[in-house]
Formats: sequence, C-alpha cells, structure tokens
Amino acid sequence: MLDYTTLKFVWWALVGVLLFGFAVMDGHDMGVGTLLPFAGRSDDERRAVLNSVGPHWEGNQVWFVTAGGALFAAWPLVYAAVFSGFYIAMLAVLWALFFRPVGFDYRSKLADKRWRQAWDWGIFTGSAVPALVFGVAFGNVILGVPFHFEETMLPVYSGSFWQLFSPFALVAGVVSLSMLVFHGANYLIVRTEGDIQRRAQRASTLAGIVMLLGFALGGVMANTMSGYVVTSPIDTGAGLNPLDKEVVRQAGAWMANFHAHPALFAFPALGFVGGALGIVFARAARGVIAFVCSALAELGIIATAGIAIFPFVLPSSTDPRSSLTLWDCVSSQRTLGVMFWVALIMTPIIVAYTGWAYRVMRGKVTVEYIKANDHSTY
Amino acid sequence: MISDSLVDLSRLQFAATAFYHFLFVPLTLGLSFLLAIMESVYVLTGKTIYRDMTKFWGKLFGINFALGVTTGLTMEFQFGTNWAFYSHYVGDIFGAPLAIEGLLAFFLESTMVGLFFFGWERLSRLSHLCVTYLVAIGSNLSALLILIANAWMQNPVGADFNPVTMRMEMTNFADIVFNPVAQSKFVHTLSAGYVTASVFVLGISAWYLLKNRDSEFAHRSFRIAASFGLASALSVIVLGDESGYTAAETQETKLAAMEAMWTTEPAPAGLTLFGFPDEKTRTTKMAIHVPYVMGLIGTRTTDKVIPGIDELEARIARRIDTGIVAVKALERLRKDPKNAQRLADFNAVKADLGYGLLLKKYVADVSQATPEMKARAIDDAIPHVPSLFWSFRLMVGLSIGFLALFATAFYYAARNQLSTPWLLKWALWSIPLPWIACELGWFVAEYGRQPWTIHGVLPTHLSTSALSPGNLIFSLSGFLIFYSLLLVAELYLMFKYARLGPSSLGTGRYHFETAGQDTEARHA
Repeated sequence: MLDYTTLKFVWWALVGVLLFGFAVMDGHDMGVGTLLPFAGRSDDERRAVLNSVGPHWEGNQVWFVTAGGALFAAWPLVYAAVFSGFYIAMLAVLWALFFRPVGFDYRSKLADKRWRQAWDWGIFTGSAVPALVFGVAFGNVILGVPFHFEETMLPVYSGSFWQLFSPFALVAGVVSLSMLVFHGANYLIVRTEGDIQRRAQRASTLAGIVMLLGFALGGVMANTMSGYVVTSPIDTGAGLNPLDKEVVRQAGAWMANFHAHPALFAFPALGFVGGALGIVFARAARGVIAFVCSALAELGIIATAGIAIFPFVLPSSTDPRSSLTLWDCVSSQRTLGVMFWVALIMTPIIVAYTGWAYRVMRGKVTVEYIKANDHSTY
Repeated sequence: MISDSLVDLSRLQFAATAFYHFLFVPLTLGLSFLLAIMESVYVLTGKTIYRDMTKFWGKLFGINFALGVTTGLTMEFQFGTNWAFYSHYVGDIFGAPLAIEGLLAFFLESTMVGLFFFGWERLSRLSHLCVTYLVAIGSNLSALLILIANAWMQNPVGADFNPVTMRMEMTNFADIVFNPVAQSKFVHTLSAGYVTASVFVLGISAWYLLKNRDSEFAHRSFRIAASFGLASALSVIVLGDESGYTAAETQETKLAAMEAMWTTEPAPAGLTLFGFPDEKTRTTKMAIHVPYVMGLIGTRTTDKVIPGIDELEARIARRIDTGIVAVKALERLRKDPKNAQRLADFNAVKADLGYGLLLKKYVADVSQATPEMKARAIDDAIPHVPSLFWSFRLMVGLSIGFLALFATAFYYAARNQLSTPWLLKWALWSIPLPWIACELGWFVAEYGRQPWTIHGVLPTHLSTSALSPGNLIFSLSGFLIFYSLLLVAELYLMFKYARLGPSSLGTGRYHFETAGQDTEARHA
C-alpha cells in the first residue's frame, strides 16, 4: 500500500493526466466541431468533417466523463465546491454538451436543409462553449474563487455569474478555446484533403497564433497577480480538514515554484515551442506531426497552470483558509488507493483499444466516401 | 440558509432528470444484447438478412443511445451542482464506483459503439461481432457500477464517519462492491432492460406483420424477441423477488410502506394483495389479504417477524434520541479534535448520528428539539405509503402481463402462426408499458428511500448545495425546455425510422424499395 502523501501527490498528477487526455482526445473533436460550419461549405463537405471524428467522438467524450468522475472520487471537495459554485457556468457547459450526441447522431438522419444547418450550429455550440468556459473556469481558479466552507463543510459560493468574466479569466478562456481549435484543425489536416484540408491549415495557423499570444499575455498577467501561500505546517500524510490551516495572499506567489525549480520552466517552454512547431508543420500539411506538436503544447500549457498554483487546486479569495490544496481536498487513503490501482490497470487497456479503433478507421474521409455511404455515415 | 423550497426544487429537478434519463437506459441495456444475438446468428449462418436486422435495429439503438448519453451527462454533473453537501459527505465512497464506471465500462461501450456503426466494411465478421458484444458488455457493466453506487445509498455498508474530515469514509471496498442490494438490483434492472428491448422489437415487428410488409425480416425479429423476452420476463419476476428479500433485510421502512404493513403481525406475516391504504387512519381499506405469503417472501422463514410501521416508528424514536446526543458529541469533539474522551463519547453513539441530523430540518440546535418536532421527524422517516403501495403493485402487474405476452408470442412463433391479429396488436400496444414499469420500479426504490439520500446516514434535507431557489427555477426551466425539445426530436426520428423499417438501410431489398413486392426472401 502506498503511503498517503504519495497517493495524494499521485492523484494530483493523475487529475493532470486526465485533463491532458481530455484535451488531446475530446479536445480535438471539440476543435473539429467548432470548425464544422467554417471548414465545410457544402453539406457533403460538412459531412466529411463530421465523419472524420464520427466513429471516435463518443469514446473521446468519456475522457471528460471520467475526469468528472475521478474528481468526484478523488477530490470530492473540489467537485462539490466547483460544480455548485460555478452553477450557471456549469449548466451552460452541460446544456451546450447536449447538442453533441444528438447533433452527431441526428443531423444526417433527415435530408431537410434547415434541420441539418441547425444541428451544425448546435455541434458548433456544443464544442466551442465548453472549450471556452473551461478556460474561463481555470482562469478563475488561478485568480482565487470567492467561496468558503461552513463548519459542516458545506461549500458556499459568494460571487456572481458575471464576476467570472474578468480580463484574466477571459484570456484563459481564449487560450483554452484556441488551443482546442488549433488541435482540432491539425487533426482535420490528417483526416481530410483538398479544400477542407486547406481551410483546416488556415484555421490551424490562426488558432495557433491566438493561442501563443494568449498564453504569453496570461503569463505576463499571472506574473504580477497575487497568489496564495500556506503559512501553517501541513502534515501531508494525515487526513486533513481544510479549515485547520492558515493561508495568506502574496504578490508573485504563483511564480515561486518556477523560481525555486527553474527546470520547471520547461513546461511553459513546451507550450510555446509545441505551438510554434505545430503551426509550421500544419502549414506544410504534415498533419500527424502537427497534431503531436499541438498535443505537446496542451501538455505544456495545462502543466504550467497546475505547477503555478501548486500545492493549491482551488484557492479561495474571500476566505483563504477555505482554499483547497492537493493535501486536504482528497478522499481517504483507502479510496485513493483503490482508485489508483484501477486507473493504473485500466488506462493502458483504454489507450490500447482506442488506438486500435483509430487504426481501424484510419485514412482520409472524402466527399466521395460520404456519397458512397450515405445511409451509414453521419 | 437551506430553505425547504430549495430542497424541494432540487429533489424535483433530480427526480425529473433521473426519470428522463431512465427512459433511454433500459432500451440500451437490452437492445445491445439483442443486437449481439442477431449478429451472432449472422456470423453463424452467413445469412444477409441477419446482418440487415442487426443494422436496422442498430439504427434505432443509435437514436436511443444518443439521448441516453446526453441525459447521462446531467446525472454526473448534478451531484456536484445540486447536491454539494452530499458530494462532500459521501464522495469518498459514492464517487469511486462512478469513476470506475468511466474507466471500466463507459470507455469500452463508447469506443466500441463507434466501431459498431462505422466498422462494418473495415472489420472482419468475427471482429465486428466482438465489437457488438463489447458494446453490450460495456453498457451492462456500466449499469452494474452505477447500481453499486445506488445500492450504497440504500444500504451503506463498508463505510464509517470520520470526525476530522467530517464525512463518511470507505472502510471496505469489497463490501461496497458485493453489497447484496447491488447484486439483486443489478440483475433485476438488467432483466427489466431486456424485457423493455424485447417488447420494443416484438411490437415493431408485429406492426410490420400487421401491415403485411418485410415479413421475413419481421418474423425473424419477432422470434428472437419472443424467446429473449420470455427468459427475461421470467427472470425479472424471480429477481424482483430477490430485491424484495434484500429490502426486507436492509430497508425495513421501505418494505413496510410498500406493503402497507401498519402493524407488526406475528410471523409469517400476510400479504396485502389489494386495498386502499389510508395514512390518516393507518388502515388499508377493502384489503384483500393472503396469509403467510409476505413473511415467506420477506424473510424466507416461517418464524422471523417483519416489523410493521408501528414498531419501526418506536425504534426510530429511540434512535433519534441517541442521534441528538451524537450531534452534540460531534460538536464538542470538533472544538477539541485531539480530546480522547470526547472522541470516545462520540464513537459510542455515532451509529445514530444520521437520526439526530433528521431534526436539522426543524431546528438548528437539535438539543432544542420539541416533542412535536421529534414527532414530525419520526413521521418523515416512514415513506409515503399509498404511492409506494400502488406503484409497486402496478409494476408487478405489468411484469406479469409481459410474461403472458412473451409466453403467448413464443408459443405462436414456435408453431409458426404469426398471422394472428390479436396477438400482433397486443404486442404492438404493449410497446410503452415496459417504460412505465421501469419508471415505477425506480420510483419505489428511490421515493421509498426518503427521507434519506443515504439510508440512515444522511437526510435528503441536508444534502443540497447552497443555492438560491432562483437558481433552481432557472435550471429546472432550462432542463424542461431542452428535454422537451430533445424528446420531440427523438420520438420523431424513432417513429420515422421504425416506419421506414429495413428500407432505411438503402440496400434495395425491402418494402418501399421494391415497389410493394416483398422480394427479400430471395436474398435471405
């Protein structure tokens, strides 16, 4: 049995892995969904775009579902505080996501033009809104969220919905959306050809540049904003109540981990280098390498945010001691242990059969293929 | 702080979205296996018609599956958005099966479902058959893990309260997985899903036969549905009895309410077959009583007593009194968490902590509870008798009806007499009934769990998020609008494709494509 401190840290890393898995897998089909009305002009072209992710989006979405479930199981306090606190934003994500399963599956089942166009925009909404809102939510986490726990550990959010849209949070939202669009465009370069592929290349350049600029701007802003520091000793190996600690706000605290361990600057660097190389390869129509580069950029960007606020995972701006850290937001040692083994065994199996599914369906999705399989494709 | 209207609206929203989600789940569970059976026949016999059957019923499966996925997302969000205190209080246990469901089952089901639809030309026959089986296994496994989570709400085993973190924590994972309630619920829910899918396929096939079209296709579908349905209807009843037995052991209040057992009878208790339970007079009017049967079903013995509502209330009253002591002991312990004496004091009474919390609905400081408040809490602790009594009987009645339908259908199919109009009409008009039975079953299980979210541990009243009723009115209206529109789209497509029948595959072999001539037999 792993000791509690190790398990807590491992679960911090695993939540990161799940987020990264979500960004790479569900991220690319959300990018494709966002590009759908623009990358495909005619109905057949749009169907080619849709079917490039058709056999896979459903499996990809489980990265999102599992990340939610893992949050519930491993970080129940974070799950409770974030989902109830960001109530309206979470509903916006949920309702937007409704359009995806139904849009993919129902769109081409009727020939009516308005029906199909309506679902195209539905899929656009279902892909772009979650990508944007997740970024805004992360931006707010970095800023500190106005919430506190009551003595019973009931989380109470005291901010408003509109308060979520501060300049920094919006920059984070733009980074998140452009990152997934960039990644999705690179995927389209792999799976399509001709006009659609050319449009995807242009989208990749544009989204890649927006992502790089946004990431840089976010870095500048984070450099000057106040972060949080735990000032009381933490017994990382014990079951902790978050309210039993002391936390203060401190300018520049979010840069402290990077200055303490300069090697960690490799992650923001990975974000920039991955992004830049992704753009270059996409322009050369080298889709697979561009896709790998945008995935690495995602890794760099997500890890940068996680490391900046470490050991915090949900700082509170109104009652700093209610802030959650990876040491006190977690489930019991037994639950983390059980979940760790399940994740350790299942993840390689999932990656293996997902890889097989992509291999089976590999190759370009063309307008001709759509016409030949009118009754069986999306 | 937490107002009654917030709790009521949160419950209404959860109930509405859960009922809605469960419109799509049973068909997914059952139809996935029917698809696997049809495709197995295709692989074994090589007859194209069985591939067409798999593809056509697969199309209807897909239309249903899309909404199952959509509405399932809501369920995952909703524990956090609307039941934040619940999520904190029991996330340590309840979250684990949900996360494992994702890793073990939902990933498999969702990845394979893509290949099921798109992989026909890319996979060998055998590989595609494996994919179809994996979809079925994935969806059924997914139900298992969700029901393990749900069963823990009914019978919270393998967990203990931790006064430092102020929540329930897992003490034994195996106990949670092998919870007897989970096992009996799992098999009962699965067979209910199989019945639903069988009635669905049977009814639509019957319609084709009534319309005299695609008769070869419809005959074969009818036969498979009749045989699979007969086995499922038998098991739904047998395994439902198993659920009754586990309810008797773990949730006496639910069982007493379901059966309107107002007073404790000497063992073995009689079963009230029919009657009109009246909560005011605590009697069941016009009751038709069958002696001994309830005791035999509930305890499987002739000498164990099943407590009636009167005795349960007396027990609850005692536990509420100890519960008040537990709540106060916990408050003292929180002020000095290292004090061994206070910890020992709390541990002595903590088994009844939940019963003390029941009073929080009426008073913040439970030690100030008046006898009148206690009386109301005791009253709360018994679920609503007439609604449970009737829902349960209606569900059982419908199940017996399905058994009769499948037995008849099987008999006529075996004798190759499927031109019997009354049978075909019976099958057709039975299509909506399994959904009603499934929802009634959920109602009995979940409404019968009230006033608890976690039976005996956490009252529903304390489980919500700190939201305003305005938040809930907004979200509830949103769900109402989205779900109505989605249901209209789903039913429209379902009807359209069911009417099109196998001609929707575009093979050129079926009705509408063959200018009215039924030419499929030649290709079969």
